[in-house]
Amino acid sequence: MQSWNYQKDISGCGLSGLINKDGTRVGGEVIVRSIATQHDRGNGLGGGFAAYGIYPDFADHYALHIMCDDRASLAAAESFLKEAVYIAHQERIPIRLNPKITNVPILNRYFVKPRAEMEGTTFDKGLSEDDFMVQVVMKINMDIQGAFVFSSGKNMGAFKGVGYPEDIADFYRLEDYSGYIWTAHNRFPTNTPGWWGGAHPFTILDWSIVHNGEISSYGINKRYLEMFGYHCTLLTDTEVVAYLLDLLIRKHGLAVDVACLALAPPFWKEIDRMDEDRRKLCKAIRMVYGSALLNGPFAILFAYNGGLVGLNDRIKLRPLVAATKGETVYMASEESAIREICPDPERVWAPKAGDPVIAHLNPGIG
Amino acid sequence: MEINAKGIYYRDLNKMIREAVAGGERSFVLRNINGQRYIGDGIEGKVKMDLYGTPGQDMAAFMKGPEIVVHGNAQDGVGNTMDDGKITITGMAGDIVGYGMRGGRIYIQGDVGYRVGIHMKAYKDKIPAIVIGGKAGDFLGEYMAGGVIILLGMFGEDRNGRPAAGDFLGTGMHGGAIYVRGGVDEHMLGKGLKPEEATPEDMKTIRPYLKEFCQVFGLDLNGILDGSFSKIAPATHRPYGNMYAY
Repeated sequence: MQSWNYQKDISGCGLSGLINKDGTRVGGEVIVRSIATQHDRGNGLGGGFAAYGIYPDFADHYALHIMCDDRASLAAAESFLKEAVYIAHQERIPIRLNPKITNVPILNRYFVKPRAEMEGTTFDKGLSEDDFMVQVVMKINMDIQGAFVFSSGKNMGAFKGVGYPEDIADFYRLEDYSGYIWTAHNRFPTNTPGWWGGAHPFTILDWSIVHNGEISSYGINKRYLEMFGYHCTLLTDTEVVAYLLDLLIRKHGLAVDVACLALAPPFWKEIDRMDEDRRKLCKAIRMVYGSALLNGPFAILFAYNGGLVGLNDRIKLRPLVAATKGETVYMASEESAIREICPDPERVWAPKAGDPVIAHLNPGIG
Repeated sequence: MEINAKGIYYRDLNKMIREAVAGGERSFVLRNINGQRYIGDGIEGKVKMDLYGTPGQDMAAFMKGPEIVVHGNAQDGVGNTMDDGKITITGMAGDIVGYGMRGGRIYIQGDVGYRVGIHMKAYKDKIPAIVIGGKAGDFLGEYMAGGVIILLGMFGEDRNGRPAAGDFLGTGMHGGAIYVRGGVDEHMLGKGLKPEEATPEDMKTIRPYLKEFCQVFGLDLNGILDGSFSKIAPATHRPYGNMYAY
């Protein structure tokens, strides 16, 4: 008879995020302590962070973080970049070797602006700078073998890879960065490979998303996004959320709370009981954005230069806790992750399923 | 035994507790708890634990007899498949409190999350009970097969006057009873359920739980009884017998 020493992996991704609404920047070590409290929610196959306000010297430039499998993919990516954008500065992303972080790709960053004269050639005509940069990211991720842009916003950056988040943070020297918004992810991959590109956060422009759960509607969402020029190349369901946010909020101009309504709309039985204005709105959103609905269990944190948002699926199949103290708003999978960095919050609560927790920077900040 | 749990990994902490219990220790004060999982899991007998801080997932799972007082909030999975004993939480608790619980009592002063009391069951004199002082998320008592859940909606955070119970209350319920102070709208109930006013007999059933709830939190029993209670219970013990066979 076979003898087994089977120990179930205790699982469930972990999330943590914070925003200082007054724009105060804090070092990366704070969010690292928080996510490390949830160490056992992951299994070492993915950790990552997003940080906002970290590149004040290049605040007007898009900061491209690119991972490349080898010199050939790096050369191809760089030759494309030189054609497409002005590069104000480029460098290796500073790292510290860590024995737990292996199979490291080449990690570079480039602070760039679009070359307007390239419009109508490799790129569509009449693009805004943001649209141009979305096309740059899509072209590299789709067409250049082994090269992936994993961060492309202004004055923000994503740092991710295969490993536990505290080791990934050590590897990327996150204590050397300070930001006014931080999000963190501890991954336990279920359906898709644990590779560097598949770690969270997923980003496009300054949108970043970390996610615990499964996007069962991935196929529908992916095909919907393709109609608008977004292409999923990173083999993880969460990627669609980053592009949906860009499409709904930046391109279509939806308010953040209305976009959340599209991602996690009320059930029809709730809509039937709403007052007429609200019912009209919810009906319209469900009809227009049916293909943007995220089905399946999720707790997500998404961030952008102006704020941090937490959102659950409509029947709360993943945990999410929020807390406030002074000008800081915290959100995490577990309360302990918040208490680790804020032992005495003024208010702690579990958000209602489907109701976003939205924390904007104060007016005039950022 | 007093333990400063700050920075102690959950496995090491639980090992310390287990070894102490095996050595005859019956009283624990755990300070600076933050996120450690599985505290009190599977522990049997007359043991008392005072926890200061925020214990992690699945506290008191499979517990058989001990009394745990959490001075603060608890996370998800409190009392998972708990067999006997008593849990008191002065703050709030997360999702799936009392998942598959089969005995003992859980008292929570504040709000609770989603799917609290899911799959609770009872057998003869083993009747588990959960009393919630605050409000509950959706799916309270989902697939409930036995036991008692009492929802007061009085001592949690006031959130824009939302009702004590969430949506889909008692979905799939086929045993036990849920009591909601102040009543519940029928559209919030799982299919086939109807709220009824609690009878004097029902009130006699829940009074001991309410009395102990008030004792542990220093609250006034009359202030709680001074309100109407709705009872939600399945009409038969096999309400879904024809669901897949017709």
